[in-house]
Amino acid sequence: MKVKGKAIKFGNNIDTDVIIPARYLNTTDERELAAHCMEDIDAGFASRVRSGDIIVAGKNFGCGSSREHAPMAIKACGVSCVIAADFARIFYRNAINIGLPILECPKAAADCREGDELSVDFDTGVITNSTQGKSYDTFPFPEFLQNIIKSGGLLQSVKR
Amino acid sequence: MSMTMTQKIIAAHCGMDEVRPGQIVMAETDMVLGNDITAPLAIREFEKAGFDKVFDRRKIALVMDHFTPCKDIKAAQQCLEVRNFARKHEIVNFYDVGDMGIEHALLPELGLVGSGDLVIGADSHTCTYGALGAFSTGVGSTDMAYGMAAGRVWLKVPSALRFELTGAPGRWVCGKDVILHIIGLIGVSGAQYRSMEFAGEGIKRLSMDDRLCIANMAIEAGAKNGIFPVDEKTMEYEKKTGRRTVRYEADPGADYEAEYRIDLSKLRPTVSFPHSPGNAVPVDECEEIPIDQVVIGSCTNGRLEDLANAAVVLQGRKVSKDCRAIIIPATQKIYLEALEMGFIRTFIEAGCAVSTPTCGPCLGGHMGVLAKGERAVSTTNRNFIGRMGHTESEVYLASPAVAAASAIAGCLVSPEKLGIN
Ligand code: SF4
Repeated sequence: MKVKGKAIKFGNNIDTDVIIPARYLNTTDERELAAHCMEDIDAGFASRVRSGDIIVAGKNFGCGSSREHAPMAIKACGVSCVIAADFARIFYRNAINIGLPILECPKAAADCREGDELSVDFDTGVITNSTQGKSYDTFPFPEFLQNIIKSGGLLQSVKR
Repeated sequence: MSMTMTQKIIAAHCGMDEVRPGQIVMAETDMVLGNDITAPLAIREFEKAGFDKVFDRRKIALVMDHFTPCKDIKAAQQCLEVRNFARKHEIVNFYDVGDMGIEHALLPELGLVGSGDLVIGADSHTCTYGALGAFSTGVGSTDMAYGMAAGRVWLKVPSALRFELTGAPGRWVCGKDVILHIIGLIGVSGAQYRSMEFAGEGIKRLSMDDRLCIANMAIEAGAKNGIFPVDEKTMEYEKKTGRRTVRYEADPGADYEAEYRIDLSKLRPTVSFPHSPGNAVPVDECEEIPIDQVVIGSCTNGRLEDLANAAVVLQGRKVSKDCRAIIIPATQKIYLEALEMGFIRTFIEAGCAVSTPTCGPCLGGHMGVLAKGERAVSTTNRNFIGRMGHTESEVYLASPAVAAASAIAGCLVSPEKLGIN
């Protein structure tokens, strides 16, 4: 499985409250969540983001509460993957479980600039930045995690 | 390759000889836990995905502890959903008002979790059971739903930090002071993703209640889990709960990202200031901040030893007229034992309110919510903004002994300051 898109950059410690503010947690409607994604840190994000775009961030992405609404909002925006130096652990789990691919790669995250063309191959774990002509090795996802992401989430992957 | 204790337990639960940090694996679970807040969501996911059977009705625990006895109609509705699910699937370990206790005190006490187990729970303080030498960690509601259906969880194998404990703690120093000190030292994300593995001869000086308290707050340093080696105290504890002890040990050459040495004899009663568990300072360095409420209880410090410490301090003394004190034994068994030991009488005569087990005030739910500008000294584990009530209220985290002394003085103090030994 491969994804390709333009990088949208964020800094360190992007918490779940700025990814999707608590005032919108009274809904689980994906489109509504997407409309408010990143609103408190980047008000233009929801209208700027294009399908396939890749979020690139620094350390501790997704820290704070365990709300699954945060990765849901990002995924519903059309974001194809999040690459960060590292993730807060419950966000990491929740992202995979709802079918949002995410990868940790401090080097790729640090080198990347806003708008760089990126592609990610989940079978090999290789991230390529074609704008800068660089590539980076990360852990490839094991098959069952790829299955989760391909099916659109943990429960979809095992649905009877 | 040498492995840490945590890595060995994970490897054993996914049928592998070895696992390495960063690797993602699928592991079998020995227990899947949920409560009255997280289970309803998981149940909805479970049903939405079309499952009609749980993987093993004996390996699921549903504990109605957060807003129970139900504080309002919404809470009652949530419990009803879980109760119906438990009946339909004949869940063996369903605990409701009457036999319910706070989940992380109840499960070890009943022997439902123990050494060598792999446990997941849709509650961040599931890491508590590491005290018994289990690998246990908090997850989201989707993980819980999948766990109930399949008895499995995917895990990223954590690297580890090692904490070598030496020396013997002083009179009023308990597990709470140890963990608050450590979180102050490494910060609230100091152990992110990693295991906190405790080691060293100092462990012998820590009771099981101390260890449960320390492992409980590993998540407050961002850890995936906290874990203690299995020793005589573990075996003694598990004998009482009717479990066979299963011992995993870290390999001698196991790799740790960092090692810390903590001399328990140098620690002093410690308090974490608002609004972070990481704001830890020795209580005798603090000014005497006036307080409005004391809470002694929770999955961190609502066990028998905690109540015993509070009782020693409160015996024959009175809670300050300017302060309210609320004491909540964490389980029915602890409540009964405290009653038999005379602690409950001591508390009531001192002017404390004693409640049936509940999380209640710990998460600002009920039974002691704070008003604007009020301050509490609490034995719970989180002092985030608004955790116990109004966003402009404050929570100071401390041990039961410090909390009890503070209730008497009406301000933040240690028992020593009041001349109690
Ligand atoms: S006592 Fe507090 S921290 Fe523990 S399970 Fe209940 S709400 Fe969570």
